[in-house]
Amino acid sequence: MSLELSKESKKKIEQALGRYPQKQAALLPILHIVQEELGYVPEDAEADIAAIVEIPVVKVREVLLFYSLYLRKPVGRYHLQLCRTISCTLRGHRDILKYVEEKLGIKDGETTADGRFTISTVECLASCETAPMMQLNEKYHDNLTPEKIDEILANLNGKK
Amino acid sequence: MATDSTGGVLTPFIHKECQKLKTYQAMGGYEAARKTLAMTPEQIIEEVIKSNLRGLGGAGFSTGRKWSFIPKNSPKPIYLVINADESEPGTFKDRYVITKAAHALIEGIIIAAKAINAHTSYIYIRGEYVEPARILQQSIDEAYKAGVLGKKVLGSDYSLDLYVHRGAGAYICGEETALLESLEGKRGWPRMKPPFPAIEGLFRCPTIVNNVETIAYVPSILGKGGEWFAKLGTERNGGYRFYSVSGHVNKPDVYELPHGTPLREIIYNYAGGIRNGKKLKAVIPGGSSSPVLRPEEIDVKMDVDSLAAIGSMLGSAGVIVMDEDTDLLDVLLVTSRFYHHESCGQCSPCREGTGWMEKLLHRMKRGEGRMEDVNNLYDIASGIMGNTICPLGDAAAMPVFGFVKKFREEFESYAKYGKPHQGEYTSWLAGRK
Repeated sequence: MSLELSKESKKKIEQALGRYPQKQAALLPILHIVQEELGYVPEDAEADIAAIVEIPVVKVREVLLFYSLYLRKPVGRYHLQLCRTISCTLRGHRDILKYVEEKLGIKDGETTADGRFTISTVECLASCETAPMMQLNEKYHDNLTPEKIDEILANLNGKK
Repeated sequence: MATDSTGGVLTPFIHKECQKLKTYQAMGGYEAARKTLAMTPEQIIEEVIKSNLRGLGGAGFSTGRKWSFIPKNSPKPIYLVINADESEPGTFKDRYVITKAAHALIEGIIIAAKAINAHTSYIYIRGEYVEPARILQQSIDEAYKAGVLGKKVLGSDYSLDLYVHRGAGAYICGEETALLESLEGKRGWPRMKPPFPAIEGLFRCPTIVNNVETIAYVPSILGKGGEWFAKLGTERNGGYRFYSVSGHVNKPDVYELPHGTPLREIIYNYAGGIRNGKKLKAVIPGGSSSPVLRPEEIDVKMDVDSLAAIGSMLGSAGVIVMDEDTDLLDVLLVTSRFYHHESCGQCSPCREGTGWMEKLLHRMKRGEGRMEDVNNLYDIASGIMGNTICPLGDAAAMPVFGFVKKFREEFESYAKYGKPHQGEYTSWLAGRK
């Protein structure tokens, strides 16, 4: 087994398997659990995950490539995902993106050299009433302005 | 979240924060489910048919009739699946139900499960809704602890298990058969219909897939009666619905209003009009896939039939408002990029066509467009429309038809001068006669 998980994650996987009459149905939840612990889903974990749900490895790979939330490479500790769809674009997404890119010195899709920040642009996050918005790790940040970005980044820089 | 002077149907629960069991019970919550558990499935379905409740996720199919398609005396287990994949750009209503009225949703699930004889239900929630999923899970845990869910639902001999299943970032999984594939642990490739999910759905068993908002209305219907709900709405659509309003308005928000509220009222009375005192240029009335409307069309009533009559659609009732300074080619480019990104890749017309449309619009935006691009765009969309397994292809084609038909000058100006059109847009008006 090259997939080494904490006791807690293993327990969560057991629980996930118990929710469905077929093991494969637990695949998406298991991938979420693995990613939550490791930050991404490493390629050499695919075979172990496939063994847990009793499907061929290629079926795991297929799912990983299909869904945009699964990461196959590590990203920065803070992942800024800026929504780029209609309402956010109408209310200034591009200006916010440019501001964040200049502030962090990286482009959309890149990670800072210290591994702290990654910027991504993503499709609609269903928070159009608070456009322009972004998801920072798990949390939504609403009605973004340059000042708000400054504040958010200053707070993060205070943390490790 | 706001509503009209009547106070709405679900808005009070949202305002009081009915993700908390005690709050919901204090407002009469779970009384309807208690009553329903003593009814037969036929009686429940009849009441819901009487209410004229139609699916509020976009398709608008009669909820009661859908439930009646479940085979009687099925030897296989029956599943109830709640579609909380909310992904149509411009739509953000279900999040309010999930985070602020989760117990109305859970009660609706109990009633719907009893109506179709399901003992297991899954809520498929979009993966990005991490916090909403957490809140929902807390409400479900509360319900289990209080005996509202589990082996003896509300003290009856009916058992129901309810699970939250997180998606992982794929718009296509809002389509019900793709959702079922995804729930089974596969990539979200839509299935051919028939068989319809009611006959062969999740794990090849009879399955009903309903939207969050639809199910959240069910307790009120059973509590106050189908006729009461029907009377609140129009002839064909019972009750209220949520309108998500975003874009260049002063008060972007969710508004719970009667079916058939005029679009003008929604934009100017409820959402506070166009911001910075600007003029209106265009409105997308029902989520990104619905064909765009021009300012002279906004007296339309926001119901399924009225919008269909003027060549658009109500869809998910996600209203996106654009002011006079909006570059519409850019809006269509962003829309087409979305559909290209989200095409699942199963059907060639959609997989290839959405990419061609995005590429072509990028070229026009760069100022390298040619006059024939305008018609090419239309032709590509025509090649996708109706030629795919699921409606994503149509959803990608319809905005192209709308924008090119109604604002042709914008696209021709880009082809000629590489910039948006100045002045009036008259070609569509002339062609309409």
